[in-house]
This record gives sequence, structure tokens and C-alpha cells, in this order.
Amino acid sequence: MTNRSSAACSIPVLALLVCAAAKPSFAQVELEVLPAQGNVFMIVGPGGNSTVQIGNEAVVVVDTQPTAASNGLLAAIAKLSSKPIRFVINTSVDLEHTGGNEAVSRAGTYVRLIDTFDPRGSRSDAAIIAHVNVLDRMSSPTGTQATTAAGAWPSDTYFTEEWELFVNGEALQLIHVPAAHTDGDTMVFFRRSDVIATGDLYNTSRYPRFDAEKGGSVAGVLEGLNRILDLAIPGENQEGGTVVIPGHGRLSDETEVANYRDMLTIVRDRVAAMIAAGMTLEQVQRAKPTSDYDGVYDEPNGWTAAMFVAAVYRDLAGGRR
Amino acid sequence: MLAALLGLAALGAAQAQHDLTGHWSQRFHEDLPERGAGPEIGDYTGLPINDAARLRADSWDAAKWTMPERQCEPHPADYGPRGPAALRIGSTVDPISQDVVSWDITVMWMLPHRTIYMDGRPHPSANAQHSWQGFSTGVWEGDMLKVTTTHLKEGWVRRNGLPRSDKATLVEYFLRNEDYLTLVTVVMDPVYLTEPLVRTSDWVLDTGLQLSPFSCIPAIEIERPRGTVPHHLPGTNSFLEEYSQRHGIPLKAARGGAQTMYPEFALELRRLIEGGAR
Repeated sequence: MTNRSSAACSIPVLALLVCAAAKPSFAQVELEVLPAQGNVFMIVGPGGNSTVQIGNEAVVVVDTQPTAASNGLLAAIAKLSSKPIRFVINTSVDLEHTGGNEAVSRAGTYVRLIDTFDPRGSRSDAAIIAHVNVLDRMSSPTGTQATTAAGAWPSDTYFTEEWELFVNGEALQLIHVPAAHTDGDTMVFFRRSDVIATGDLYNTSRYPRFDAEKGGSVAGVLEGLNRILDLAIPGENQEGGTVVIPGHGRLSDETEVANYRDMLTIVRDRVAAMIAAGMTLEQVQRAKPTSDYDGVYDEPNGWTAAMFVAAVYRDLAGGRR
Repeated sequence: MLAALLGLAALGAAQAQHDLTGHWSQRFHEDLPERGAGPEIGDYTGLPINDAARLRADSWDAAKWTMPERQCEPHPADYGPRGPAALRIGSTVDPISQDVVSWDITVMWMLPHRTIYMDGRPHPSANAQHSWQGFSTGVWEGDMLKVTTTHLKEGWVRRNGLPRSDKATLVEYFLRNEDYLTLVTVVMDPVYLTEPLVRTSDWVLDTGLQLSPFSCIPAIEIERPRGTVPHHLPGTNSFLEEYSQRHGIPLKAARGGAQTMYPEFALELRRLIEGGAR
């Protein structure tokens, strides 16, 4: 084990969480903070992982947990730094990663990104940065009714392949992976700390989840995983080096991303071969093409192996059933 | 005075059994074919594996080791003693109490380094990083050092694709008998094993032994389309039955499983062979 991941370094935080119900209720939830590397920390919550970068300027928060966990997230961040939260970055539109946007942003402080034009008007809270497709889906996915309150929407978006920030003496690359988990995915590369926050492109505890209705695809997730492998450089004996913070699950390095990429590639190839052989979705599911990985990635009460196989099948087979 | 000296001598002798430090030269006689040239494809005999492990191994392609992400992988803690594994064992000692805080082990093949903490520290969070050597803590049980290791990266129980998951726990017993060291490893894997896998390895104290320097830098060995992962689709691996056919071992035995570990399986094996089973 490396020192950075030792139990002695983890910081438990007991926090009161405000539930999202109309009549607020309170629950105690412990959010775990683990040092990732350099200036970057991973905070484990009910919505998966948030990433926090600290320094002498400000706090950067990648993904904000579900709404109900935002107070807990803020309490955990407060244990790490007294600097203002200046940037919130969303890796996708998912509520478990954006639910706390409004609360975390309001707890922070605005910093002007563009000197000549400020599209956010009089907002004084922290910037929320995401790919433009995240804003589109949060603000008016049907063209008429927004699914989330305006305060949670990204205030600063990008539509190119990458966006760059320089915060706390560190270069941050925001890298868009098209049509992967969704059509608005961003992974964040903290170049000096050598940490990549992947969002749900990569998980250690469940199969990849890609939502065709939100523009996701198997090919996109695989491209995202291969991109992570391009960026990550391991230390001696394929260990350490670049630290990878998954959307869900534990801190990782390149080897474990390669394991995940291999699994998804193999399952994709198996399902594709079954489709080519004329098998229906039901037949493919009965054949259990993931059975050698289910003990690691199947979530019986969540994103099950059968659901994952169905998603792969539909993605590869198009409209065929 | 004499009684006191004898008492001190006895104490010294007892403590010697608790000192693992030194260079240890490996004895390779157990399971030599598997540990030397390496196992054959499709040889799953004598391992308590389940169907998930079989499918992983059936899909495995040795070309995996040509991938840049795989070229520098060392053996994990549970398999390391099976490979070329001369050992250098040192210790870190508390300067005041002189208690051993940790045993520090370096293995010859690729020089992976293990630390076995003896100071009672807890194992890390489930969300902490895993590693090839995992996180190990030890306690003495009589003259045996019992070591418990968690946080292992996914590894292998045999070098032909049979996997060991990252959910496995490794329990080991180091037994020193004068100049001989025996290590009993017990792998418990809820994903790929139906029963604990128990193996032993042996070393002899060797004061002249030195570990050779080593470094690994991956390189592109074969140009492939981006994202290519070598593997066999189910039902397409033509090598799987070669082991069974070459050695005249019925496939039921070659496919392994807990029943093939036990002496009673010899009777079943005879029945299979006499019955002309493939």
C-alpha cells in the first residue's frame, strides 16, 4: 500500500444532511475523505465520489453528490480547506453527481472567468463548469420544462474537445469524451498532482452504465477508458504513478482501469458475436456473457449484470430485439 | 549466575525463531512443472475454482502480456512465492522498545517490496488503493508469524489465466525452523474460489545471496488497433483440451474444481480413465 491510501490518512466527517423532501428531515451520514495525491482528495458519499483540489487560492470541487448529501460534502471540504470554493465541475448530468450543485456553488465565491463578457449576470457564487450538453439536459431537455432548478445549472460551459483551467498553481485539463456514459461527459486531469477524476466513465464497483437516451454508448465508454490509459503513467512495476478517482468505488491506478477496459471490451465482443449469430436479447441474457465478472461488478440491488447486458445488446444491435 | 545465563540463552534461542531477517534461497521442488516452465493452457487441476474462473481462463490469451499495460506487472503477494522468489527479509525496529514494527520483504522476481506491519494498525478503508502486495499485518501465534493481507489488486492463482479477484484475502504463516523457512499461503476468494486455496513454499538461509537489480519499462511490442484486447471468445479457444489430451487426463479432472484437490478424487479419476472418458 502507499502512504497516501493508508487508513491513518482518512478523515471521517460526521455531517448533518438536509434531505430534499418538501418537509426537510435530517440524517447523519459519514463522508469519508481520502488523500489521492498531491493537492487532490477523494470524498466518498452516497452518490459516489467527489474530487476536491485545494491550494492557496481556492477549492475546486468535481461532482457534488446528491442534493441530500450536499451539507455533508461541504462539511468534509471545510475540514480540508478554509479557502473559498471557486469552481464546481460536473463530470456528467447525473443527479448523483450534480444534486449538490446549487448548495455547493452558493457556499462558494464567484470568480470572473471572462473579463469582457460575463454571461452569468449578477451571480456571486462559485462557477459551475460542465460540457454544454449538461446544461442543455438540465435546463430544458424537452424544450419546455427544466428538470432542475436554475441555480444548479452550469454557469460556464464548453463545447470543444477540451477546456483548461489553472488553479492553485496547477493545470487542469477538462476533457470531453463524446457519447460515452452520456453525451456530456467530462473527465478532469490534475496535471501537477497527477490525478484523473473520471466520473462514471470508470467505476471499480459496478458495470459501466451508459444511457442511450442521454447520448451514451459502449464505444464512447471504451474510448473514454482508452483515453484514461493514454493519460495515466504508472510507476515501477505497473503500480502507483497517476492516481485515478472513479465515479464509484476505490482509488485506482492504470492497472485497474486496464482491467475495466479489458472487461468491457471482452463483454462487448461476446455480445457482438451473439448478435451476429442471431441471438435475441433474452437468449443473450440467458447465456450470461458476463458471468466471469459478475462477482466483481454485478450490483444485485442496483445496476445489475442483466441490465448491463441489455444496454450493451441494444447499443450494438440498434433497433433489433 | 549460571541459571541467569541459561535463562538468557533460552530467551535468545526463542527469539531466534522470531527473527526472519536474512537472505533466503528458494527451494523449488514443490509443484515444479507449474512453477518452472509454467502451467499448460487448460490445466486447472487441483484448484478449487468455480465456473466464473474457468470462463476467465478459457477466454485468456497469453498475448495479454504483450500489452504495454501488462508488461511490467509483478507477481502479486499470493503468487510471488511460487515464482522465482529468493527473499531478502529485513525488519524495522522501534528504537526505544526494540519491538519489530514491520517486516520488510523483497522478492527476487521484479523486486516487489512487501511491508508486514506488526504494530497493530488497522487495515485501510475499502475505498483505499489496492496494490500488488496488498496491505499486510502480522501477529505471532507461537512460533508462527500469521499475516493477513487485504487490498490486493486482481491477480492469478495459476499462470494460465486462472484469476484471483481483488476481493480476495490472503492469510499466511511464516515458520522458521533453524535455517529453513516455510511459508503456508491460504487464499480466500469469494469471486473465483469455492474453498480456500492452500499452498506451501520453502527457503534456506543463504548468507551469500544477493538480489540482482531490476527495472521494467513497457514498450509497444506489437502494433494493434487502438483498444485491442487479446482474448478468446467462448467456444473458440482451440488450445483448451491440449493438456488433457497430451497427458491422458480426463477433461473432468483437467477442468479442476475443489473435488480434484482431495485424495478421494483418485478413485473417480480411475473410474473415468477406465471408462474411457476424454
